Amino acid sequence: MTTANTEPKAHSHGLGQIPVSKLDTHGSYDVAAFPVPNGREEEWRFTPVRRLKGLHDWKGTADGTDETVVDAPEGVTFETVGRDDERLGKAGLPVNRVIAQAYTSFEEATVVTVPQSLVADKPITIDRQALGGTAFEQLVIDVKPMAEATVIISNTGTGVRAGSLDVHVGEGAKLTLVSLQEWDHDTVEVSQHNARVGKDASFKSVVITLGGDLVRLSPRVSYEGRGGNAELYGLYFAGDGQYHEHRSLIDHNVSNTRSRVDYKGALNGSGAHTVWIGDVIIGEGTTGTDSYENNRNLQLTDDTRVDSVPNLEIFTGEVAGAGHASATGRLDDIHLFYLRSRGIPEEEARRLIIRGYFLDIVNRIESQELRDRVMEKVERKLAAHE
Amino acid sequence: MTKFEIRGLRADVLISEDERQEILKGVDLTINSGETHAIMGPNGSGKSTLAYAIAGHPRYEITEGEVLLDGENVLDMEVDERARAGVFLAMQYPVEVPGVSMSNFLRSSVTSVRGEAPKLRQFSKELQGAMKNLSIDAAFAARGVNEGFSGGEKKRHEILQLELLKPKVAVLDETDSGLDVDALKIVSEGINRAQADSDLGVMLITHYTRILNYVKPDFVHVFSEGRIAESGGPELADVLESEGYERFAKAGA
Repeated sequence: MTTANTEPKAHSHGLGQIPVSKLDTHGSYDVAAFPVPNGREEEWRFTPVRRLKGLHDWKGTADGTDETVVDAPEGVTFETVGRDDERLGKAGLPVNRVIAQAYTSFEEATVVTVPQSLVADKPITIDRQALGGTAFEQLVIDVKPMAEATVIISNTGTGVRAGSLDVHVGEGAKLTLVSLQEWDHDTVEVSQHNARVGKDASFKSVVITLGGDLVRLSPRVSYEGRGGNAELYGLYFAGDGQYHEHRSLIDHNVSNTRSRVDYKGALNGSGAHTVWIGDVIIGEGTTGTDSYENNRNLQLTDDTRVDSVPNLEIFTGEVAGAGHASATGRLDDIHLFYLRSRGIPEEEARRLIIRGYFLDIVNRIESQELRDRVMEKVERKLAAHE
Repeated sequence: MTKFEIRGLRADVLISEDERQEILKGVDLTINSGETHAIMGPNGSGKSTLAYAIAGHPRYEITEGEVLLDGENVLDMEVDERARAGVFLAMQYPVEVPGVSMSNFLRSSVTSVRGEAPKLRQFSKELQGAMKNLSIDAAFAARGVNEGFSGGEKKRHEILQLELLKPKVAVLDETDSGLDVDALKIVSEGINRAQADSDLGVMLITHYTRILNYVKPDFVHVFSEGRIAESGGPELADVLESEGYERFAKAGA
């Protein structure tokens, strides 16, 4: 099988064109570079292609509309720009046909800029409600050197959405990105988050996926200088028939960079299916990389399916730390027994345990209000099958 | 006045899906409120199984007999109903439940058992007082249930729950094991307080006589081969102290 994903690529170690890794996908802005997926490709083998509502072989017109409310602290700029804006498409190539399609088809993009050294005193919030139809999108968040900001993107509503979110975290800057997928039950989303983490910069991503019929989200990180730190946290909870796929790739292309990936999921209801793919590449010639990834899944009912695939490829002997862990199981009946033996009814005991299970991920969100909102949704999904 | 009766209790441990083993082979015991019964016996005699079977642990299955609390068969009740009815088990190995804070857990538990949520301020005062009595640092309230606690810290928290939940009958499964003398005294005082407070019936399961210096039993029973092999007064503990369990181990073999 030949796809755009297995070609050699220019790797940023100054070593020229070398085939690096099967994981280190090549990517292209050109839709034609990717064959129409049929679901048997490695890249698509978990995804129910038929439920993509035509995104994988797009022939329609993008007719989707959104209602978006933005709130930003003083100094942060929001711009709507055309296709020719030079700031677009700089954080990472589309890695599959749908993302390339979105890049080819979008008409307007949004660029959010946090100017140099600005320490935002409150989060930048983007509340987007999809009002139906199909839409292709590009959003760029550019955090200039030494700036600090939190961006909270809340996705609700119905429709088919595909696109890229490009993140630039400048030298010494700090960005926390919270992305909530609280879509209606029929929504389809395929998206890619590309983060470029600068020298001594910190990027924290918290992805919360609770809604949608099919959500396929690919967070990707690469580094522009030593001392870059990326932490990717995720929480997903798939109910009846929902499909949630998260596939992260951390490319330690620069020495002395750090990454942590910690995704936790739960499944509750017939046909719920979650996929987590965690790829980490420690590039040739690099030293001092510190990387760890973890995935946990809790199957709360029968007839749910979990796929969890950590991949670690190391092309150097000089690694500070690298590891991964993955575990999938059911609610521990001994935990339940202990709480119930203290009089707590089963339903409440389950709620307490699930809350506890997700707590370390949810606590990565600074806003108490937002934490409560996420937990409330989690509990509502849990209650759906009691 | 509460009567707690175990009648002809037989139970299996469920080892795997199709493997089980009978551990309890007909246990009979009656505990009235205010009484303390020490259950002593060699390791592997089934003492812990008795405790777990009463509480409804999922790895054990009752095959015969009944356990009555004032005439009501607790074996017909769900695990949490048993606790609400007034049966408490202090476990030998308390379970760690990550992410669930001790204070949240205790408040949920007290609310369920008392049937109404205690006023927040009142409860927090009650909790602080109970923790202080057991020399538990206040910081533990914010930690996960038993998460990373030492053996002794776990045991103190079991007794903390005993004092907060005020059951009618308490089964204490080797609460003394792994405690140093100071901790043993603190825990024993807690048991005595709970008993004085609410005329609690106590089933004190232990391997050693040491705790009996602090918690005085009214009756001592020797447990062997899944049943009570001999019963007597406190003096039986002294016999066991000097002679050991050998006689009973042989008798069962």
